[in-house]
Amino acid sequence: MKKSKNLIYSAIFGVIILLLLFFLEANKFQYGMAYTILQKGMILAVVAVSMNLVTGFTGLFSLGQAGFMAIGAYVTGIFLIPSDSISEVYYISGVNPAIASFKNWLESGPAFLQPIIPYLALIIGGLLAALFAAVIGYPVLRLKSDYLAIATLGFSEIMRAIISSPQMDRVTNGSYGLKKIPGFTSIFEPFGIMVVCILLMVLLLRSTYGRAFRAIREDEIAAEAMGINLAKHKQMSFIIGSFFSAISGGMLAMFMRSIDSKSFSVSLTYDILLIVVIGGIGSVSGSVIAALLVTASKEWWLRFFDNPLFIGGVQIPLFRTGFRMVIFSVILLIVVLFYQRGIMGKNEFSWARLEKRLLKLFKRGGAKNA
Amino acid sequence: MTLSTLLQHSLTGISLGGAYALIAIGYTMVYGILRMINFAHGDIFMMAGYFMIFSMAVVPWWVSILLVCVLTIILGVTVERAAYKPIRSAPRMSIMISAIGVSYLLQNLATYLFTALPRAYPEIPILKKIFHIGSISSSLVTFVTPVLTVLLAMGLMFLINHTKIGMAMRAVSKDMETAQLMGIKINNTISTTFVIGSFLAAIGSILYFTDRMSVTPFSGTLPGLKCFIAAVLGGIGSIPGAVVGGFIIGICETLLVAFGYSTYSDAFTFILLIIILLCRPTGLFGEKMIDKV
Amino acid sequence: MKKKLLAFVLCLSLAASVLSGCGSKSDSDSKVIKIGVFEPLTGENGGGGFQEVLGMRYANEVYPTVDIDGVTYDIELVEVDNKSDKTEAVSAAQSLISSGVKVVLGSYGSGVSIAAGEFFKEAGIPAIGASCTNPQVTLGNDFYFRVCFLDPFQGTVMANYAYQENAKTAAVITQLGDDYSSGLGSFFVTAFKELAGDSAIVSEEQFQTNQTDFKAVLTNVKAANPDVIFAPSSIATAPLIIKQARELGITCPIMAGDTWENSTIVENAGESAEGIVLSTFFDDAEPANKEAESFVKGFKDYLKKNNQSEIIPAVSALGYDAYLVALQAIKDAASTDSAKIRDAMVNVQIDGVTGTISFDENGDAKKDMAFIKTVENGEFKFLKTVTVTK
Repeated sequence: MKKSKNLIYSAIFGVIILLLLFFLEANKFQYGMAYTILQKGMILAVVAVSMNLVTGFTGLFSLGQAGFMAIGAYVTGIFLIPSDSISEVYYISGVNPAIASFKNWLESGPAFLQPIIPYLALIIGGLLAALFAAVIGYPVLRLKSDYLAIATLGFSEIMRAIISSPQMDRVTNGSYGLKKIPGFTSIFEPFGIMVVCILLMVLLLRSTYGRAFRAIREDEIAAEAMGINLAKHKQMSFIIGSFFSAISGGMLAMFMRSIDSKSFSVSLTYDILLIVVIGGIGSVSGSVIAALLVTASKEWWLRFFDNPLFIGGVQIPLFRTGFRMVIFSVILLIVVLFYQRGIMGKNEFSWARLEKRLLKLFKRGGAKNA
Repeated sequence: MTLSTLLQHSLTGISLGGAYALIAIGYTMVYGILRMINFAHGDIFMMAGYFMIFSMAVVPWWVSILLVCVLTIILGVTVERAAYKPIRSAPRMSIMISAIGVSYLLQNLATYLFTALPRAYPEIPILKKIFHIGSISSSLVTFVTPVLTVLLAMGLMFLINHTKIGMAMRAVSKDMETAQLMGIKINNTISTTFVIGSFLAAIGSILYFTDRMSVTPFSGTLPGLKCFIAAVLGGIGSIPGAVVGGFIIGICETLLVAFGYSTYSDAFTFILLIIILLCRPTGLFGEKMIDKV
Repeated sequence: MKKKLLAFVLCLSLAASVLSGCGSKSDSDSKVIKIGVFEPLTGENGGGGFQEVLGMRYANEVYPTVDIDGVTYDIELVEVDNKSDKTEAVSAAQSLISSGVKVVLGSYGSGVSIAAGEFFKEAGIPAIGASCTNPQVTLGNDFYFRVCFLDPFQGTVMANYAYQENAKTAAVITQLGDDYSSGLGSFFVTAFKELAGDSAIVSEEQFQTNQTDFKAVLTNVKAANPDVIFAPSSIATAPLIIKQARELGITCPIMAGDTWENSTIVENAGESAEGIVLSTFFDDAEPANKEAESFVKGFKDYLKKNNQSEIIPAVSALGYDAYLVALQAIKDAASTDSAKIRDAMVNVQIDGVTGTISFDENGDAKKDMAFIKTVENGEFKFLKTVTVTK
């Protein structure tokens, strides 16, 4: 009985979202801001959930997301730049002939292949990142929490240095970055990819592997005593997390249309961490909600903090450039210090909980009115 | 590479290493006691740079140095009281996130208050005197930095090994609860650690910025990370270790650039970290830590 | 209870802020044309971006209205901070587009302009770059124009100048991961090799973003003993390179591109900045036309009013010119429609502060002259103009 009710709610919710997306797609110029923010929020939701998988569910404090995203972004970028504009992109040192001929081969391939190239690129980027994760995970995952954080942070910096090094000029275009990456054709593409990615991660978390991850998070020694292979499961979580981070990176490349190594610095990882913390460490739905909420407020709703504000002709002194980011850091600190649970804590979204909350709120409101 | 070029490079490396060492001590002390990476330490170092700029504008340099030390200490202790103390018993990840949050806040605050434009660091006349020895030229601060670093480290060692407060610090770092039961005031001890760490960061900042002459809100990030690595390299919790680690990283980095691998100079530092953690997780001078169940 | 109260207050303030954000947009009865200002105000290029914005704000103060078919429209600048960050640039650009701007000005720093260009193009909004010198900004983008010269030109100018001043060898220092610095550096290398032979570049060094210690790099340069050093870099790194070079006893001239014409560098580098050489867009000592004359006079007061030093940064002049171009294009189009403004822009011609501006087929200003300046007694001093025929 209860289950079917939830199903109905979810179905209605899904239909509403789809309708909303259709509406936005049809009026994308009118609601350009919402359109853009929603896309970016979806992309960050994927990487936030993947970070949550590693950090929140397995308890491995990894700060290497930006590095994995960079791998995904560059692979996607190199795959997708049309070959007739490739010489324009690699305008300083030219492109590696192997890449050029590979792209020609790819573009002369059968027609049914062309529309799925972006997805192929995302997956290959993800696999490459997973490979990297496997190689560096082997030594790095033996480290304890904070050492792991610094080591993975180091990895992402190393990745950035390699990408921008002059030796890689003909592959990654070194300092000059990649441009002319074709973007998404509609908002349904990022939405679809996000739904599939997050669904896969949720399925994983609900499997025995997911339970093993949580056991490791709660107590490594106890988990080991229960017969969980620590090294294997940590490695697995790390690799899968990296795979999805890279997919998100690839999506980001398609969203931004032009990337360079500077976009994937430590501050990107910190931004994702902020989302995970605000959403609740250990809650997938929390991460998704927070990704949308944080992106929207940071880049849209709170932008006015940066502009001088006049109320009745008097300028409010605090409002000037940079104030937005100060507010944001303060919110992060408040959440960390006073609301360690974030929006969702370790719980997942459920209709029953929402119902209860709303009822409680109404009751209290009613009591106040009376 | 000629001998004089090599000498010039070594001089640069040693001076850079000295400044790194001073900051690394701050990391090592906090980590030794609280078992947390104080991500905000690099930014406290950056703020000390700004303090110097503003105090030099009004008072002579010797007053400024004192003022900078005091302000930096206040900032360091405030950060500890406001952001670390309330969640001391929380999981380690939360404390680290809180530290990242403070670092984020300090950077954004500095951008907001002082703009992203670099500010000229005032010159302290005696430190900036330039020497020429043959074809090598360098300012006095280059020589002062390593010497002062070693002296301060020795003083600190004395403080920790031979005074009462030092004993309290050692006790707290070994076992916080037992130390509390023995009547040690934990909060005071931890604050003292932050006082010392921030003081050294202030001195380090004066030496570092006198040599590098401009401050931006992001000047603290990279030195901060590198100094933490220096602390790990030397063995976290060990003061001589931090000093040695700082010098090793400073010199290696300079030499790498000298031989034309500047692209990988940052990468190298992190690779060094991974290698040291794998081969000798306790660092060069660290004590062996045992995990308690 | 306390926590709940705090949460409540936070929510309330958030809601209030959202409401006030919407509220400010609602007055629509007066005739207004919005021009977007897409500039970095924070981040790595925040300083330069701010100076460019000042030029635009001043222009807006001087020419606050435009007449179309006898109707006077007020021009409103909509400023947005792109944080010198490509990731942020996309949503910053989008926020301009959705706030209904007809033309966009900016940005300082080519990377963000390239990133945002695609979006302006898609939305059909013409953009005018003020000081983004990378060729990729306007290439293949019919909606991006610019009022300054390009990096290949600038690199060639500096190489020519160095060669004319009897420099036989040069060292180049560039920033990794920065398209402006690396690009300009490599254009210089190409041009200088053509003039002085393949072995004329004796040292090519790179440094990392946010690096503050250049002694090792500079020691290598010193060992190579070049006649000049070419070190295109951002305002933040320039004083560090200059001071540390002088401290190491490097006496040869240090040269760079347009970013270095900035009083911050002189303030930060102090005496060491004496004798640096740079190419720039504009010289305030000898105004080329009437517009320039009144600009030089008025803008100095404006700078004083904004607590800035009284040296006019070239990027402010370019920002001013970009605004003038936008204004003229709106007048020529006699319409507030973005597409029409864009079509008018192709044929626009104005006498700007930095000279006569009209666009070639790429949308780049036809400029074949650069001003070479040096620093003397803590002030920028005009040396000569260099003309290169492409």
